[in-house]
Amino acid sequence: MPSPHTHGHDVGERLFVHRHSVIHRLPAEVKTVAMVAFIFTVIMTPPNQFWAFALYALILVGVAGLARIPARVILPRMLVEVPFVFFALLMPFFGTGPTVEVLGLSLSQAGLLAGWGILIKGTLGVVSSILLAATTPARDLLMGLERLKIPELLVQIASFMLRYTHVVSDEMHRMKLARESRGFTATGIRSWPIIAQSGGALFIRSYERGERVHLAMLSRGYTGRLPQLTTVTTTAADWFTAMSLPAVGLIIALTAIWAGR
Amino acid sequence: MQVHTMHIPDGFINAPTSAVAGVIAVIGIAICLNGARKQLDEKTAPLAGLVAVFIFAMQMLNFPVAAGTSGHLLGGALAVILIGPYAGALAVSVVILVQGLLFADGGLSAIGLNIINMGLVTAVVGWFVFRGLVKVIGVSRPKVMVAAFVAGLVTVPVSALAFVLEYAIGGTGTVPVSTVTFAMVGVHILIGIGEGLITALTVGAVFLVRPDLVYGVHDRLPKRLLVTSNSVTTPANGT
Repeated sequence: MPSPHTHGHDVGERLFVHRHSVIHRLPAEVKTVAMVAFIFTVIMTPPNQFWAFALYALILVGVAGLARIPARVILPRMLVEVPFVFFALLMPFFGTGPTVEVLGLSLSQAGLLAGWGILIKGTLGVVSSILLAATTPARDLLMGLERLKIPELLVQIASFMLRYTHVVSDEMHRMKLARESRGFTATGIRSWPIIAQSGGALFIRSYERGERVHLAMLSRGYTGRLPQLTTVTTTAADWFTAMSLPAVGLIIALTAIWAGR
Repeated sequence: MQVHTMHIPDGFINAPTSAVAGVIAVIGIAICLNGARKQLDEKTAPLAGLVAVFIFAMQMLNFPVAAGTSGHLLGGALAVILIGPYAGALAVSVVILVQGLLFADGGLSAIGLNIINMGLVTAVVGWFVFRGLVKVIGVSRPKVMVAAFVAGLVTVPVSALAFVLEYAIGGTGTVPVSTVTFAMVGVHILIGIGEGLITALTVGAVFLVRPDLVYGVHDRLPKRLLVTSNSVTTPANGT
């Protein structure tokens, strides 16, 4: 087994950090809506209003503190943003208008500002998503989507994906072991047919597993709907608490837009 | 180092464009849900779910290129060739949704954009290219692989073009659209060749063992007859 401690858990559970906080207790759909709305207020903000982004960052630090999610959980997960950091760093080399000298390089001012905007908005977005996933179990997130009237079928597909990711990736790992125990080492494009063969086999196994899962569900009375095991009651107070986040964000964004005119 | 195609982060495309893209993605997914339900009925959830896992797993499979670099599959064309345009697009869209929602891979505000580029556009283009080619050149393992190669190859630069279009409408960067177009399409044709090869080889491997599981040719396979001593019957569909 490649990852014994994940046995019996789906992927999403590894992301969840168990705590008892106001943020953790909020219903998933409330948190999701609040986070998405908050991110929209962030991306509306003109990049030259630096104070606004400092406030947004402060708010997220506050949320992390309130939820007691430590920096050592958040920082490593922020590595997903590395690819677009490169893209943001390219911006100053493009763009028209006045330029500034920085360390002997002639950089476009507009480009610097755009690069900064992409970098800071992307980073705030990544941190928001990390906080959402760290304070909400994956299954609850999906159930929350369903309460937001996202089609049930889509939510079911996503829950199957979460539930079986480890099963399928373990299967993939066993195929890799089998390949390597027969003396295979992947060296360049010539080894692609072999790897793709495993890919094909993986598809057939996944598809057939899907058929077996379907039969197993039918035999347990599945008619296209999954039973709701827990009922969640969302109160107006929950919405009020959660929406205070994007509300503050909106005030900051509007002030920034007004100030940046 | 891995050649990674990035998901659009928050703040790269402006708020109105992202919001409109979200609405378009919702409509696209609704069409796919409807189509998939007609094709698979109540099998949709487990099958599309497992295929989503398969695509997710394939994206983690490293294909070494040279000198320590490697690439991986995007999977749009592969998914639609194997399980049809609707369920295929759903599987890829769910992968993007989960990546954005749980792994912070691609911005929450950009989920609509990412679903359009990597789920919907690749599904439409990949499906029509594959079906068109199979219709013209016919069905045999090498021919199906050629069609899958072209479908895989084409989807990647077309997906990049969709990104360029979004960038032209609501991009927040200062890199001129012409430069972005040139760079994106150029790089993505190269990535597309890899995508085409992996798609072709994988479809070829499935076709060899279970041609009936390649949905893109499901209606073009010769009917195989079950011959017993005194009767000839066609096996039921969907086995």
